Amino acid sequence: MKLRSDFPLLANNPGLHYLDSAATSQKPRAVLDAIRDFYETSNANPHRGAYALSVRATERYHEARVRIARFLGVHDPDCLIFTRGTTEGLNLVAGSWGRANIVRGDEIVVTALDHHANFVPWQQLALEKHAKLRVCELTSDGRLDLDCLRDLLNPKTKVVAFNQVSNALGTINPVAEIVSLVRNNTYAITVCDGAQSAPHFPVSFDSLGVDFYAFSGHKMLGPMGLGGLVGKREMLEKMPPYQTGGDMIEFVHDDHTTWNVLPHKFEAGTPNAADAVGLAAAVEYLEGIGMDRVLEHERSLMSVAQERLAAIDGLQIYGPSPAERSGVLSFTMADVHPHDLATILDGEGVCIRAGHHCAQPLMRRLGVVATARASFYVYNDERDIDALVAGIIKAREIFGYVEA
Amino acid sequence: MSRPERSAEIAALYQELILDHYRRPRNKGTLEKADASVEMKNPLCGDEITLQVCFNRDGIGDCRFSGRGCSISQASASMMTQLVKGKGTEEIDSLRNRFREMMLGDQSAVTDEKLGSLRALSGVARFPARVKCALLAWNALESALAERGA
Repeated sequence: MKLRSDFPLLANNPGLHYLDSAATSQKPRAVLDAIRDFYETSNANPHRGAYALSVRATERYHEARVRIARFLGVHDPDCLIFTRGTTEGLNLVAGSWGRANIVRGDEIVVTALDHHANFVPWQQLALEKHAKLRVCELTSDGRLDLDCLRDLLNPKTKVVAFNQVSNALGTINPVAEIVSLVRNNTYAITVCDGAQSAPHFPVSFDSLGVDFYAFSGHKMLGPMGLGGLVGKREMLEKMPPYQTGGDMIEFVHDDHTTWNVLPHKFEAGTPNAADAVGLAAAVEYLEGIGMDRVLEHERSLMSVAQERLAAIDGLQIYGPSPAERSGVLSFTMADVHPHDLATILDGEGVCIRAGHHCAQPLMRRLGVVATARASFYVYNDERDIDALVAGIIKAREIFGYVEA
Repeated sequence: MSRPERSAEIAALYQELILDHYRRPRNKGTLEKADASVEMKNPLCGDEITLQVCFNRDGIGDCRFSGRGCSISQASASMMTQLVKGKGTEEIDSLRNRFREMMLGDQSAVTDEKLGSLRALSGVARFPARVKCALLAWNALESALAERGA
């Protein structure tokens, strides 16, 4: 794939090797143009005005929702709630469904692979409701230990939260297997963090079987500040609002208020229509490539990167085999701290992430404070891997390792 | 910025002296009986340091540090403990301010001999994302001295 020229930031910086797409992706011109076009041709407050321009803004916002819902395999677009991103989507479930349904003595299961965004909201809910938070442990190669999960599940389990892909290790979790384990052993809801899966391979919410799925637009070529939560209609309809205010009401009486229908019940205030239009352009761009090809492209880059990095003496790669991982490679290099590695790589124009990847429970279990993480996307190619390898070799030299 | 310029800055950042303090940190360990013990974390990266201090009449009699972190945070802690041991609180406060000024790019601090070997860390100022690493031990020292004052 030769897509680099579609991305202005990359096209303008030929020496830049952007390997941090798991944090946020670069944006293609099509997305930037779509946002600009919205403001230049359709900007007004959706759902408010009786005038034609507001109707146009409303239509474009609605079309964006339909388009993004279709991309994620959601047959009922009203069940796609726009949020600021995955974090807000997960907080919405914990704050609305969780507060309304969790009582003292209930159990909430999260996993050691979870990002803080799918860990801390549940931990805080458990503390507030005197419920018990239980953590599903990992196998030695960084996969969820399904035996451990089975042991944790019981009739008191009310929530099972997990990610489809780990942001820190790239592990792809067996969602169908997890859902059937939960269904067969509990009455719990399943909450899936899709931040690292929706950008990288075909996802169909309707066939995943989870009750809730959250994602971030900015990791899938869309603008920052817009993502979403998809939920099953029967669950969303029973849930109380998460925030209150304009747009989400039906009637406001002096002493009580009735709520608007889905999805508006969960979208208080002026919606982020322009960024929704931007994300719709992003999914159109991804559909143009084909998500199967996106997956294939990343798989082939990953296997090259895995082979070349594994050949570097002193370099340790974390997580399962490349076939069981999405586009993330987490590693450490002898006693070179990941931060030093990232600084030296930056000097070579290579952007990687160094740190705990918002997954401190996982880092504790791996026995490290931090790892270096390279992540791949549609615009990366083998030259980025060449630069990564050259930068790691340079770091070795600076830190006094001599090639054997 | 051009690639060769950045490369020169990287070389200036990772001087021999810094790597030496990273590999063979001075005053690393724990004190049997400390008057103050401060734990500091850099929440961005998870790096952590525990600084232990024994006070004397004027200031710091002895100090040790422990924890995990990058070469910059470890070297800064190692050199700092060497420098402040045996010094009075006023002098330490002034060194701390001077070091902070150097991290903010103050060129006069870079040539200030009072900072001793810590001047090897002057290159950190060119890497804003790493200034926090260099300041971690100094922030712990500030808290420890505040405990003495309290």
